[in-house]
Amino acid sequence: MKKELVKISYFPGCSLATSAKENNISLIKFCKSIGYELIELEDWNCCGSSSAHSIDSKTAFGLASRNLFLAPFDRPLLAACPSCILRLLQTHLHISQNVDLQNEYEKMFSKPFNRDLKIIHFFEILANINLPDFIESQGHNKKEKLPLDCIKFLPYYGCMLARPPEMKNIPNYHGLIEKILSSLGAEVVRWSYSSRCCGTFLSVSRPEIVTPIINDIMLQAVASGADCIVTACAMCHLNMEIRCSIKNPIPTLHFSEILSLAMGIKDYKGWFERHIVDPVPMLKQKGLI
Amino acid sequence: MVQNGNKILESDRDIASQVINRSNVNFNSCYHCRCCAGGCPFVKAMDYAPHAIIRLLQLGFYEKALKSSTIWICVGCNTCSSVCPMSIDMSAIMDALRQIALEHNIKVGQPSILGFHTEVLNSIERYGRTHKLEIMMRYKVRTMDLFSDMDLGIKMLTKRKLDLMPSKVKDIQAIKNIFKSDQD
Ligand code: SF4
Ligand code: SF4
Repeated sequence: MKKELVKISYFPGCSLATSAKENNISLIKFCKSIGYELIELEDWNCCGSSSAHSIDSKTAFGLASRNLFLAPFDRPLLAACPSCILRLLQTHLHISQNVDLQNEYEKMFSKPFNRDLKIIHFFEILANINLPDFIESQGHNKKEKLPLDCIKFLPYYGCMLARPPEMKNIPNYHGLIEKILSSLGAEVVRWSYSSRCCGTFLSVSRPEIVTPIINDIMLQAVASGADCIVTACAMCHLNMEIRCSIKNPIPTLHFSEILSLAMGIKDYKGWFERHIVDPVPMLKQKGLI
Repeated sequence: MVQNGNKILESDRDIASQVINRSNVNFNSCYHCRCCAGGCPFVKAMDYAPHAIIRLLQLGFYEKALKSSTIWICVGCNTCSSVCPMSIDMSAIMDALRQIALEHNIKVGQPSILGFHTEVLNSIERYGRTHKLEIMMRYKVRTMDLFSDMDLGIKMLTKRKLDLMPSKVKDIQAIKNIFKSDQD
């Protein structure tokens, strides 16, 4: 008997909705394969991104809070973009701690503030399941080798694990990419750049600062002998692709893409076509597609 | 006294307390171990290292801090705060300084970065979401730098990483209200 999917509200954010659609689609598919239905938050707006909090904190809080007020009361709100979730969590924290702010926003959005709204990152779902057991229990025939047996990868978190001090107690699931992918058979390659910030928006306004940083990261990635980089941040993914100027870089995969491959999800063609550094030859050679 | 052309900011003390109030960070607890500077990936591109900005504030050189390129180069990645022994929220200090600089019409240390942020916010105000292609084009026009990254733009278009049409919020009035309430 098929178990019913657990419904979760889903905030895609601008990156996943546009430049990183492959991240978005593979995430939704993967979540479905492990029993969660991501329901896009109706009429969501941009979380404000770095630009709003850089030059206009008030607007930044207003933008993030509208999404919090749109979220249905009866289910958690999930985001996968590290910077969106940070904005949403921080805004929720501020409104919870400030009655005046809460009153102001309740008036503006004509709705009560949901103090108990659970805002979760995609990692939180993963941290609570045992993927290899799950794959087996779903009746996938128990293969002799695990799905990612042949692949050597570098985990790349960028700055997503760093938090402002006021949010230090919120878990950041450090090491989760390594833990999950190695449980599926992949080999982790350790390196010193896994938490190096990718440069985010400076890649548009000051590319000459970002390119050497990205090249540094990629040079070490190539030297490590890994087959690919795996990142859980769409912004990191974009910068690794557009600001790398060294020859023969290794491909960067979204965490959700490689997880989907491991689950045997087949419609990956449309995702990999959107990569600037084509991962298809490597994945074919490894027998993953 | 902090001076900007003819305009004189209220008083030095006032700037210090504005930074503290907005950022909720007491920068006086920084004891200059420089861990922040050691960890910041962008320190080479800054005119003052992150801890040096704090030193300027502690010593009362507010104008130097407000005019620095550092406050604009900082991307708020929190790498520094996560290694700071005093848990100083550097990113919040930089946000505060940037916004104080703008409100007091201080000469912007990195106009192109401000230009980018402004285009992003304009896009959000117009559509409720960011429309990357339009942001890039308007940014290029604004900085009169029309041809750099042309090949990259084309590559991104062919890979469908830049949508031609914006994705819009239906209740755009709600977004306008958010921007308006900020002006109140
Ligand atoms: S790491 Fe913290 S205490 Fe050390 S210099 Fe930087 S801000 Fe000051
Ligand atoms: S938050 Fe700013 S100062 Fe700190 S490491 Fe990141 S870019 Fe550097």
